[in-house]
Amino acid sequence: MTQNTNVQVNNGVSTSATQTTPLWLLAEVTYRCPLHCAFCYNPTDYDKHTQNELTTAQWIQALRDARKLGAIQLGISGGEPLLRDDIEEIVIEAHKLGYYSNLITSGVGLTEQRIQALKAGGLDHIQLSMHDVTEDINNFITNTKTFQLKQKVATMIKAHGYPMVLNVVIHRFNIDHMKQILEMAEAIGADYIELANNQYYGWSLVNRSQLMPTREQLDRAEAVTNEFRATNPNVKALYVVPDYFNDRPKKCMNGWGEVFMIVTANGDVLPCHSARSLPNMQFPNVKDADLGWSWKDSPAFNKYRGTEWMKEPCRSCEDKEKDLGGCRCQSFLLTGDAEAADPVCTKSPHRHLIDQAIEDAKNPQLQAQAILFRNDKNSRRLASGELKSLIEQFHSLP
Amino acid sequence: MTTQIQLSDVFSIGLHHRFQWEDAQQNYVILFPEGMVKLHGSAGEILKRIDGKVSVGEIVEDLKTTFPDAEDIESDIMGMLELALSKGWLRKV
Repeated sequence: MTQNTNVQVNNGVSTSATQTTPLWLLAEVTYRCPLHCAFCYNPTDYDKHTQNELTTAQWIQALRDARKLGAIQLGISGGEPLLRDDIEEIVIEAHKLGYYSNLITSGVGLTEQRIQALKAGGLDHIQLSMHDVTEDINNFITNTKTFQLKQKVATMIKAHGYPMVLNVVIHRFNIDHMKQILEMAEAIGADYIELANNQYYGWSLVNRSQLMPTREQLDRAEAVTNEFRATNPNVKALYVVPDYFNDRPKKCMNGWGEVFMIVTANGDVLPCHSARSLPNMQFPNVKDADLGWSWKDSPAFNKYRGTEWMKEPCRSCEDKEKDLGGCRCQSFLLTGDAEAADPVCTKSPHRHLIDQAIEDAKNPQLQAQAILFRNDKNSRRLASGELKSLIEQFHSLP
Repeated sequence: MTTQIQLSDVFSIGLHHRFQWEDAQQNYVILFPEGMVKLHGSAGEILKRIDGKVSVGEIVEDLKTTFPDAEDIESDIMGMLELALSKGWLRKV
């Protein structure tokens, strides 16, 4: 992206080399959700965090404290954030504080009355998730009948003068519809479409063999996207390459404790969505810890900041500053060692685990396994160990 | 790159974009859906003058007066405006 002496852009968010600032505050305000997506990245044990959500006053305090630290982009996410009835209040406060506020929603619960209140309160942007051009796939992968509703909500968002930003998680069931998905985005009048190739955390990891496309499918999808970009400059299409199919890992979260701060439904303060899956970590909570201390000084935020924690092959790798060793959660989930190189990296002694997962995804028997949809009952079953056979190959689950 | 910007052009901040001073960073920023651009020094000085009313020519004169020692200021300004326009941070009024 752009890089010159006056402007710094890095994955859409600037970074400071000397002292880190939490430019992004992601507020995962609830884990409750009316959808049951097979690829949800939320923790598989989310059910235990649905009863102890932060209050409105606690969210407002967290917003104020994070703003003082420098946070400027606010993502209001979930679960489905609109299941809370105080999003309007949170938005009003965010606007007063000078945040650019982004509501990340499935569209369920976005009524004409609420969108008017959100607009009046100063909400800057609504990102709507879409799943496919066909009603069948949309309803299958979300385990709900939400196709028609999403079309209506898209129209409503556009009518209120919001930028139209669609997010489509890409997996085996919709990847061959890429051309039609892009055409739908254009027809809706989308300004941006994020084609987010599935990453394997949370529910998505449990359903990995069923969701993962083949390399050939990915190559075709990327070619279709590039062709679309060349002929449709008005729709900005962002294609997020899936890390399993790369030779080097992603710079996860743009670096641990570099720009992203996540506050979860129950108030835990995390450097990434999945961080609670790591062993022997104590994350601060806004109910009893100062947010400035949490970001700057807490042992959890300092544990994997920078490159000091690395061991080989990362420590002597010429790319260590570039990717910061990839994703700590992915390393732990797949290798059992949070400080190992991300197994996506071809220099990792564990790369065979990724290659095996890619092979498994071609296995018709594994593909045909029943999908475990994200819902409260399945969350309790996973947490209780009842579904151990599904997850025993992983060292933990987020 | 051939410049398409004329001294008579008038710009405003792009649709769905917001320009503001960030105290914590001590610089101006442009905000847009899920993204931010940090504007250091001269970039901030140029964009803070964009208000949907003044022309590029007036901005050039203003900056020449404010920074009399800066060399080749006009081409810097044009370069910055080209970039900002191509990224959608600005739109022509």
